[in-house]
Amino acid sequence: MKRNFVMEPFGESKTMYEAYNEALVELAKENSDIVVLYGDFPRGAVGELFEKEFPDRLVDVGIAEANLITTAAGMAGAGKIAFTHCHGIFAVGRAYNQIRQNVAFDWLNVKIVMCNSGMLWAFMGGSHQIIEDIAALRAIPNLLLISPADQVETRKAVRAITKYEGPVALRLANPPTPTIYTEDLPFELGKAVTVADGDDVTIIATGIMLPDSLQAVDILAGEGVKARLLDMHTIKPIDEEAVLKAARETGAIVTVEDSSVLGGLGGAVAEIVTENRPVPVNRIGVRDRFGQSGTIAELKEEYQLTAGHIAGAVREVIKKK
Amino acid sequence: MAYDEKLIAALKSKAKTLRRDTIEMIKAGGAGWLGGSFSQADIITALMFHHLKHDPGNPKWEERDRLIVSKAHCCETVYAALGEAGYFDKKEYRSYGKFGAVLQAHTERIVPGIEYSGGSLGQGLSFALGEAMAARIGRPTPLYRVFCILGDGECNEGQVWEAVMAAAHYKVDNLVAIIDHNKFQSGSKVEDRINLIPMVEKWQTFGWNAVEIDGHNYTEILTALENADKTPGQPHAIVAHTVKCKGVPAFEHKNLHFCKLTDDMYAEAMAVLG
Ligand SMILES: Cc1ncc(C[n+]2csc(CCOP(=O)(O)OP(=O)(O)O)c2C)c(N)n1
Repeated sequence: MKRNFVMEPFGESKTMYEAYNEALVELAKENSDIVVLYGDFPRGAVGELFEKEFPDRLVDVGIAEANLITTAAGMAGAGKIAFTHCHGIFAVGRAYNQIRQNVAFDWLNVKIVMCNSGMLWAFMGGSHQIIEDIAALRAIPNLLLISPADQVETRKAVRAITKYEGPVALRLANPPTPTIYTEDLPFELGKAVTVADGDDVTIIATGIMLPDSLQAVDILAGEGVKARLLDMHTIKPIDEEAVLKAARETGAIVTVEDSSVLGGLGGAVAEIVTENRPVPVNRIGVRDRFGQSGTIAELKEEYQLTAGHIAGAVREVIKKK
Repeated sequence: MAYDEKLIAALKSKAKTLRRDTIEMIKAGGAGWLGGSFSQADIITALMFHHLKHDPGNPKWEERDRLIVSKAHCCETVYAALGEAGYFDKKEYRSYGKFGAVLQAHTERIVPGIEYSGGSLGQGLSFALGEAMAARIGRPTPLYRVFCILGDGECNEGQVWEAVMAAAHYKVDNLVAIIDHNKFQSGSKVEDRINLIPMVEKWQTFGWNAVEIDGHNYTEILTALENADKTPGQPHAIVAHTVKCKGVPAFEHKNLHFCKLTDDMYAEAMAVLG
């Protein structure tokens, strides 16, 4: 089965947060407009570099996410490219109106980096696992929402959103993820990556669910099912063309996300498909319930986010064709 | 005020148990918030085993005093106090933070004795304010008192000060905020980030009856709690100067905020607490 830009076997595991740090450190040296604001959060390489080399371009606002986002908006209003990072739950959960009113409404150049986003954050429990990030942010006009899959894609995404002038939210998962992409991965905002070619069905996945989705493609190939796999790294604006092409050419779709299916990637795809080219869509994701403590493996099993569950959803959706 | 030496000795012994059980929980769960759990341990002990009106056999008793732990990441000493008081079986400690556990990594109201589901800092004082105001509706004297433990880093959150203003405005005198002033937050010292020191003046300026104490000295803790009952017309703040990780000398003053326990650390802790 042909795969595009995929490392065989997968490379070293790394957190997206680390990759974000690496990319931003490089970019900050090239571009003096970049400022970083954060709230009592692991400082990472960015914090260290900035404190040493650009101390006046780094602000820790403390445990105060509302102030974090709006201060960043102010910096952007003054011409800076303002990166903020904090836990996704508190960016979206504690500063929703600040994102909406102070960042998106005025189209300000703030990059909201949401660390530890999604369901797959071990141990911390339901108070910390944000499952509404996609649904909540997707509904805000003007705001781009990006969800990379591994370190390679994260670095490329950070570069692309720096170049893009306007408000962006970048969701990063917590666990170290295997490197799935080779360095020649083309990354264009709003353009899905066709990771595997196939005509029987399309899996549209985002973020940390990419490796499991690739594994599902393999399982299905063993059964003679040729699944196309799209990496929808830009959840908004979603690549409508790729979604509709998938609907037309494969006739059935399964969406895969580490977030709530209500209004999430699944919702986004279903909206486009029902309006333009109705085909069956099954959704893998959190089904309207809060998270809990557990290991990543336990959470994936409980919330039905494994390769096995994805393959199962594909078998079901094909029956509906 | 002088307290019976036996009472103080008994409380100290309880606090040691709470710290020991915290270590066991963190070991079982694989990680936990050791520093902030230990810094608040003496305050929790004084409340749960002396000052609060509560009944472990009847966790939903209408007249119980409420304990809202707003810095709910430090759930381990809270669970340890509830287990010790008999709210649930101590065998629950073994599954702390694990899949399917009753004792999740942040406090949740479904646990007997837990009043508040936390994890998002800065919100607990508002919840406590709501509980305290509800206790006054239609009554000449409040039905119960409400105690809220906050972190000093947590006081960065604007919502804390929204509650502070509202409580003073409405003279909610059955509300006691206890600030676990251990001088650290997760990544740094409080004074190196958003400096809130001096803390006590801020609460006073906002109209609270605020005092400072040594948060590891039982005479001072108990006196401050009793004085809160004797000062009507204002909400009360007790700024408790504490030491992060207090209880195991090798850990003290280190910012073991969210940590794993190595075998060496476990042995060091148990040598003192076991
Ligand atoms: C709203 C919110 N922002 C960020 C966090 C992440 N966080 C957990 S604990 C902590 C530090 C808390 O410091 P402090 O209140 O001083 O507590 P202590 O030092 O007593 O543990 C932070 C930032 C959180 N839980 N909630």
